[in-house]
Amino acid sequence: MLVLLAVVVLVAGLVVRVNPLAVVLASAATAGLAAGLPFLDLLARFGAAFNANKFVTAVFLVIPTIGLLERHGLQERAKQLMRGLRGITLGRLLLAYLLARQLTSAVGLTQLGGQVTMVRPMLAPMAEAAAEKDGSGHDSDRAKALAAATDNIGLFFGEDIFLAIGSILLMKGVMEGYGMKAEPFALSMWAVPTAIAALLIHGTRVMLLDRRKRPGADAAAAAAENSSTDSAA
Amino acid sequence: MIGLELVYALAGAMFLGFALVTAWHRRDRKGRATALLWGLIALSFLLGDYIGDMANGLLAIVIVVVAASGRTGAAPPESDGTASATALEASARRYGNRLFLPALAIPAIALGGTVLFKSVPGIVKASDATLVSLALGAVVSTVICMVWFRTKAQAPLREGVRLADGLGWAILMPQLLASLGIIYAAAGMGSAVGHLLDYVDTGGSLLAQVALYCTGMALLTVLMGNALAAFPVMFAAMGAPLLVNVQHGDPAAVAAIGMLAGFCGTLLTPMAANFNLVPAALLNLRDTYGVIRAQAPTALAMLVANIFLLYFLGFSR
Repeated sequence: MLVLLAVVVLVAGLVVRVNPLAVVLASAATAGLAAGLPFLDLLARFGAAFNANKFVTAVFLVIPTIGLLERHGLQERAKQLMRGLRGITLGRLLLAYLLARQLTSAVGLTQLGGQVTMVRPMLAPMAEAAAEKDGSGHDSDRAKALAAATDNIGLFFGEDIFLAIGSILLMKGVMEGYGMKAEPFALSMWAVPTAIAALLIHGTRVMLLDRRKRPGADAAAAAAENSSTDSAA
Repeated sequence: MIGLELVYALAGAMFLGFALVTAWHRRDRKGRATALLWGLIALSFLLGDYIGDMANGLLAIVIVVVAASGRTGAAPPESDGTASATALEASARRYGNRLFLPALAIPAIALGGTVLFKSVPGIVKASDATLVSLALGAVVSTVICMVWFRTKAQAPLREGVRLADGLGWAILMPQLLASLGIIYAAAGMGSAVGHLLDYVDTGGSLLAQVALYCTGMALLTVLMGNALAAFPVMFAAMGAPLLVNVQHGDPAAVAAIGMLAGFCGTLLTPMAANFNLVPAALLNLRDTYGVIRAQAPTALAMLVANIFLLYFLGFSR
């Protein structure tokens, strides 16, 4: 039970805003020592784990391309595109993205989205532009955070419908350890009700974003609509 | 066969390039430590597989010390050559929607490559196909951009390091937290939390048991940062012995919906850094936890939804 101290260290560190990397090291040290691992053994285990998980950091290989494209106006183009679209709102944009992300993830195309490759260069600027235009008064931080959230939610509650995803294989392995018959197809079908619930719940949330109007928003939105159609022409 | 070694060599080369352009071009206060940080990460990618566990542990600690020292960071805005807003608008009009193509080419190549390498054996190790294809997509797309924009050879590195500097410590957080999860597992964190749940009295009510199982899965995921780490623990503590063997729940439903309840936890925790903290840094949000805040109402509603779905659909009565 002493290992729970590691969680206390982690939470306390994050709450008092020590650098999170240092907090993680301190928490790992606490967990290891509380479990009675000798210090050098703990160091070696942490080193092995750090090295084995390099692939997590390797996804940042895409940032030179994203940087180059942003330098040539990718984010601005995403905004211009939104300003030129009639009737686009933050809620409608995010609902469409949620549905697309769930459907593509459900057939295994999880790589079509993603925070580095899709949200930062394209979806987030689109959400910012849509929020400016629809007169709902959501500030740009809120619009960007919701874009990131919608990508995650669409992925999590879509991917488990696909048979060959890591979590399905893990469940199959664990269940067979208990002598239970585990059909990947049955596991993936049980993900469907939750996927529908996610579409309804998060879809409703993002559509409710459009109901908030700031005072005089209709006039502002109409003005924005006019100026944007001019500039897009 | 091509495998992760090639991806690591490429990532090592990229971070080494970041270190070199930083050391060469930056004269500000934070330039030197930032170059050192990218250099150390390059070292980890290039040599990590050869120097042994102990040395990797020391290297990880040195990296954290440098990253947490407060001496690293982005260059002052006026000196990093960032284009003005009007210049970017003009550039966006000039290149038009074609700007989306190289950006969309990355996932397209990543996807096509994964399918190809898995169906045609012998080129790339099947287990590494996804990352190798992503790396391939990144390289192809970079070359397209360099030719199209007629950039200098070092332009991708300078633009890349601009993004990397903006991300700062967040770039290392996912890898470090994954390592922490492994230490937690080795230290018996899962069973400790499992024991805690034994103290909760459900009074024999099926709904309470289902709620405890799903909430426990989410809670353990919040602590471990990964539903895949929480699943075996909760399935062993409650799923198999109680919900399946005693209450006769459908095993596939108990497993699948339990896992999805865990995903609700993933949406709520800074431990899942690549989903929650990295985007906040990528999007320059004022609030480090802004993405979690945006997800929280959906995550909590989905946890309740999963409890009721399992309760009503998972048990034949």
